[in-house]
Amino acid sequence: MLDTSLTSGDLLFMLKGAGVTLSITFWAMIGGTLLGLGFGLARATANWWVNTALGAVFDLFRSVPLLIQFVLANSFKSIIGLHWSAFTVGCVVLAIYTSTYCAEIVRGAILSVPATTRRAARSLGLSYWQDLREVVFPIALRSALPSWIGLTLGVMKDTSLVLWIGIIELLRSSQIIVTRIQEPLFVLMIVGLIYFLMSFPISLLARRLEKRWQEYE
Amino acid sequence: MIEIENITKSFGPLEVLKGVTMVVKKGEVVSVIGSSGSGKSTLLMCINGLEPINSGRILVDGLEVHAPSTNLNTLRQKIGIVFQQWNAFPHLTVLENVMLAPRKVLGMNRQEAEAFAVKNLNHVGLGDKLAVYPSKLSGGQQQRMAIARALAMSPHYMLFDEVTSALDPQLVGEVLDTMRLLSSEGMTMIVVTHEMRFAREVSDRVAFMHQGRIHEIGPPEQVFNTPQQPETVHFLKSVL
Amino acid sequence: MDWSGRSTRPDGTWRLSLRLEFLESPPIRGDLFSPPTPGTQRVHYTFHWYPAFRAIPEMLRGAAITLEVAVLSMLLGVSIAVLLAVASGTRYRSLRVIASTWVEVARNTPALFQIYMAYFGLGSLGIHLDSFPALLTGITFNNAGYLAETFRGGLRAVPPTQTLAARSLGMGQLQAFRFIILPQMFRVVFHPMTNQMVWAILMTSLGVVVGLNNDLTGVTQELNVKSFRTFEFFAIAAVIYYLVAKFVTLSARLIAWRLFRY
Repeated sequence: MLDTSLTSGDLLFMLKGAGVTLSITFWAMIGGTLLGLGFGLARATANWWVNTALGAVFDLFRSVPLLIQFVLANSFKSIIGLHWSAFTVGCVVLAIYTSTYCAEIVRGAILSVPATTRRAARSLGLSYWQDLREVVFPIALRSALPSWIGLTLGVMKDTSLVLWIGIIELLRSSQIIVTRIQEPLFVLMIVGLIYFLMSFPISLLARRLEKRWQEYE
Repeated sequence: MIEIENITKSFGPLEVLKGVTMVVKKGEVVSVIGSSGSGKSTLLMCINGLEPINSGRILVDGLEVHAPSTNLNTLRQKIGIVFQQWNAFPHLTVLENVMLAPRKVLGMNRQEAEAFAVKNLNHVGLGDKLAVYPSKLSGGQQQRMAIARALAMSPHYMLFDEVTSALDPQLVGEVLDTMRLLSSEGMTMIVVTHEMRFAREVSDRVAFMHQGRIHEIGPPEQVFNTPQQPETVHFLKSVL
Repeated sequence: MDWSGRSTRPDGTWRLSLRLEFLESPPIRGDLFSPPTPGTQRVHYTFHWYPAFRAIPEMLRGAAITLEVAVLSMLLGVSIAVLLAVASGTRYRSLRVIASTWVEVARNTPALFQIYMAYFGLGSLGIHLDSFPALLTGITFNNAGYLAETFRGGLRAVPPTQTLAARSLGMGQLQAFRFIILPQMFRVVFHPMTNQMVWAILMTSLGVVVGLNNDLTGVTQELNVKSFRTFEFFAIAAVIYYLVAKFVTLSARLIAWRLFRY
């Protein structure tokens, strides 16, 4: 059938790489979402100059290529003598990068809750934090979830860049195999398939959710 | 001459035109009146092939509109149509709006098209608004621009689809005046309208449509003063 | 052999080897005048900014190449995206399938993967692309996929009555599209297009992974390898990227103000 030197061991190796990809995605999203929640809340509620200052800093992270951010972080950590693994550096950088986008999503979601609804909640006697928790949060979640899912998928794709600081994730693992068996197209198609299968179903789900929730409006 | 021969048209299960026959001669102004849903607008859209028909045929100067061999683009150069929503091209100035089709469809060069466009815009009273974007114009002005845009193609026939229905009352007059001017110049016009006074004063004939059929057609005095059909009577009582 | 580990055999085919060209951390140096005392670790790094500043002209030349790739990839990507957007709306199933496949592959796989495909993958089909064309192909593919979705929405945003008005004046389908629909769509999608342009500029940095050595990141990497001043050089590169991105965003705002005055 297929005339290839690819072994099942190779496939396993690539799947391990996929595991690394997913694990970096996981940690980056946890860190990024928590930070993003904080930042987003701050941006949605703070006064004008804090907002602009934060906005400018976040803009910085979105205007420099991720690859360079990884390199800078990796070399900086050595300069100041931190003994972090490349994996940790990768997760931290991605978390910070993600948090800037997450902050935008959170901010937009909070602002999308009509002020009238919040005023109604407060006039019923709910405290500031209760209002946030019981009223703003569920509504904002609806608006934020599809974008957040999109962000997660984006981060998963961005993890491919950590190969440049020495982590063997999915894409790099495939290159190692290609070195041995010299069948780049075949191996790349498998890699592409794996990425596609990790991403496409979730993005479909997000689109369906978005459509379903839109009907409720 | 426009000849409409027993056309029927359905939108899916809904029959909108149930056998309409009418002949419009050169230079005639025919008004089409009737309640909403009677098929008036659909009739107009069939005449220039924007809508297909299920049976029957429409002939414009002897050319069958819905024949597969007919070049609709060429045909539409002869028939100008103005819609209820004027559909101005928002990204072009008034002058560019009017110049576009003559240049791209008729192949006029820039100077010719511009001169002719200016002439038509002056004719409808927009000579001072040439470099303005439609968003800055009132509804009545945009509608007059739409008329000038259609006229710039030198059509033989002009179709008007309830062109004043979407306008504020004080803007209706300027558009009707433009249409009056056109009719006095001998343009062949089919005017779907709710403006009964206009229909009575300007038309050569008035057609009353009801539920997809022409129930009555004749000179304005006849249709308005001595309507024959009960539906016509009922309609006129409700609008006059 | 280049950065990527690709070398050409005498018979013209390629050989791929693994290059452990990870960016090594700069060596920890001791103080210049005294050795580190035994049992302790001296971590003393002196920032040497001067060589980095001196390299700015060279890096700016690299930035010009970066812009070149980005602009080309946008021009090509936009053209293809328009075709894809139109294809998604036709009644021919095969066209719709082609368009949606392109879009979904572009959006569900990493950009680096797409560049790898162009550089390594096409080699199996006999198409051997150099770093520059491979990078361009990869980014264009990516641009086209993302923009096609945007353009689809943009086309839907133009009222169908505009086509009606254009056709009733005797314009053909293509004329109506070119003079009436497309300009109006352009206004709707201008902002997302600007974002995509900035993305494209940032994506060009991936060229270094496939051996490109004359765009901004590639130049910086060359300088880094020669001097091991990783942080200094890449910090300057980061600033240049930021300035280029800002420049593009501001220019776009100016263009929009000028172009969309209606």
